[in-house]
Amino acid sequence: MSKVLMKGNEAVAEAAIRAGCRLYFAYPITPQSELIEYMAKMMPKVGGTFIQAESEVAAINMVYGAAGAGKRVMTSSSSPGISLKMEGISYCAGAQLPAVIVNVQRGGPGLGDIQPAQADYFQATKGGGHGDYRLIVLAPSTVQEFADMAADALDLAYKYRNPVMILSDGMLGQMMEPVEFRPAKTEEEVQELAKQHENWCICPNEDGVNRHHHEINSLEIDPLVLEKHVNNLFVKYAEIEQHEVRCEEYNINGDNEILCVAFGTASRIVKSAINDLKTEGKSVGLIRPITLWPYPYECVARALHKNVRQVYVFELNKGQMLDDVKIAVAGRCDVKFWGKVGGIIFTPGEIKEKLLECF
Amino acid sequence: METIASRPLSLTKTPFHYCPGCLHGVAHRLIAEAVDENGLRNVMTGIAPVGCSVFAYKFFDFDMAEAAHGRAPAVATGIKRARPEMHVFTYQGDGDLAAIGTAEIIHAANRGEHISVFFVNNAIYGMTGGQMAPTTLPEMKTTTSPYGRKVDDMGHPIRMCELMATLVAPYYIERVSLLSPADIIKAKKAVAKAIKYNKEERGFTFVEIISTCPTNWGIDPIKARDWAKDNMLPFFKPNCFRDRGEGVE
Ligand SMILES: Cc1ncc(C[n+]2csc(CCOP(=O)(O)OP(=O)(O)O)c2C)c(N)n1
Repeated sequence: MSKVLMKGNEAVAEAAIRAGCRLYFAYPITPQSELIEYMAKMMPKVGGTFIQAESEVAAINMVYGAAGAGKRVMTSSSSPGISLKMEGISYCAGAQLPAVIVNVQRGGPGLGDIQPAQADYFQATKGGGHGDYRLIVLAPSTVQEFADMAADALDLAYKYRNPVMILSDGMLGQMMEPVEFRPAKTEEEVQELAKQHENWCICPNEDGVNRHHHEINSLEIDPLVLEKHVNNLFVKYAEIEQHEVRCEEYNINGDNEILCVAFGTASRIVKSAINDLKTEGKSVGLIRPITLWPYPYECVARALHKNVRQVYVFELNKGQMLDDVKIAVAGRCDVKFWGKVGGIIFTPGEIKEKLLECF
Repeated sequence: METIASRPLSLTKTPFHYCPGCLHGVAHRLIAEAVDENGLRNVMTGIAPVGCSVFAYKFFDFDMAEAAHGRAPAVATGIKRARPEMHVFTYQGDGDLAAIGTAEIIHAANRGEHISVFFVNNAIYGMTGGQMAPTTLPEMKTTTSPYGRKVDDMGHPIRMCELMATLVAPYYIERVSLLSPADIIKAKKAVAKAIKYNKEERGFTFVEIISTCPTNWGIDPIKARDWAKDNMLPFFKPNCFRDRGEGVE
């Protein structure tokens, strides 16, 4: 397939449909509205379901129902709406439901603004909803990657029966870049995907009255049973930590004097600064976490080559990823942070200036 | 020997955990009988609420989902849209449906989702120990209206059927009660009609069931029924508000 020029919000929607998502429930919010509008336009054409829900709360609970029925389903929103989805996300995690949630982040807290931000890192990776649970969190940095992650997120969600969040931002949602889509699943393949889950999901009881009824549930009133359930969730999370960590290494080598860590939109700007410094003979490497949970601690630790004298974390927030980098660095090097907030994006020049201060 | 009554297949053998005199069990049984009678057991899904009937998923013997407090109509929407071949109902209390879940019920009804809603109104929050509900009657004492519900301050009770009847989409809306054997027979007819319409994919069906909560009202079960007849029914009048199958608008 040839490349097409598309906005991130539309590309992720198109890619989700191609990956077999036939149900989408959401509530409008800037800067993700192109996503819901694209779904409204395209879902009827593929015989899928689109509902503009009465709220993000309702949307995530529709997702809970559809995922409980074993079908590929997605919802999306931006920061304030994601806060409303947190109750439902916790229920999905508890009931082990495979849901995909796209967050096109904007500035906060509160109503904040509608410009790009990365200020929902804590919410996405450290809980957000109540209880002991984990979300798989994917952070794209290009429109292409945003689109590819729709399919990856659906696959991961169903592989582990766990909610997956794609943590993008208003910049990735709004900007246009060339994308090449993966081939679309056929209708037979989509049907087949749902069939794989009929041993646990809500579905017609083909075996007649003999099959035990299926329950979609996160309630275990007996503390000993709940303890076992949560422990089982963490066995699953350990498996995810073992197999699903992803990161990009950019210009990582033995000459690095500074190691940067940045994800998503921030990482693109850091890359520009690194390229610029390279022409001046200064070696800076970048670790770009692609999975924010599970976090690529080992990738960061491995990249601490002997010449590195500064680790520098750049984010479009007040340093929400900083603690994770410090855990990875484990005191072997000083770790600095610089970021911008309010939906303001730093420039390559600003990053370069910060890095030059360390040489 | 001829069996003239037995446990519906759609109920598991798990004993109900309800308090003595509670009518949730009766409501469960009416639904289970209707599911059996319509031959829907293999394609039925119920959504349990948060409330005293939170464990309904243990009592109904077909696929069940347990929803967050008030969200059952949204969960039902997701299931029905994902698997139109399934028949879906929610079972909800008054706190669940008429307070925290008001948005979800109104909008599921307004979209005319092909689901049935069984709304058990006992004028109180049973599970959490007797707090005020949106359906608590004026001057009624609860643990959070210890001096009685003062309507100037706490609002008037909400009549959900009347509210639902302002919407265009719902196909069937009826209020019944479980306060006497005759009432239970009427309630059975309404529940059966909702399930039949559900089977026939007619649209959104809503049955409000007036019930009691002897434990949290602090009166014995027989007196609770009398109290409900004298106090609840004049405010929550049993009535068929809409039945498009019978031309009632
Ligand atoms: C989000 C949330 N808020 C509050 C509760 C606590 N809670 C559990 S049941 C309930 C009231 C249920 O009352 P009702 O719907 O009238 O049902 P009943 O117990 O009377 O059958 C409340 C407030 C909860 N579980 N979740």
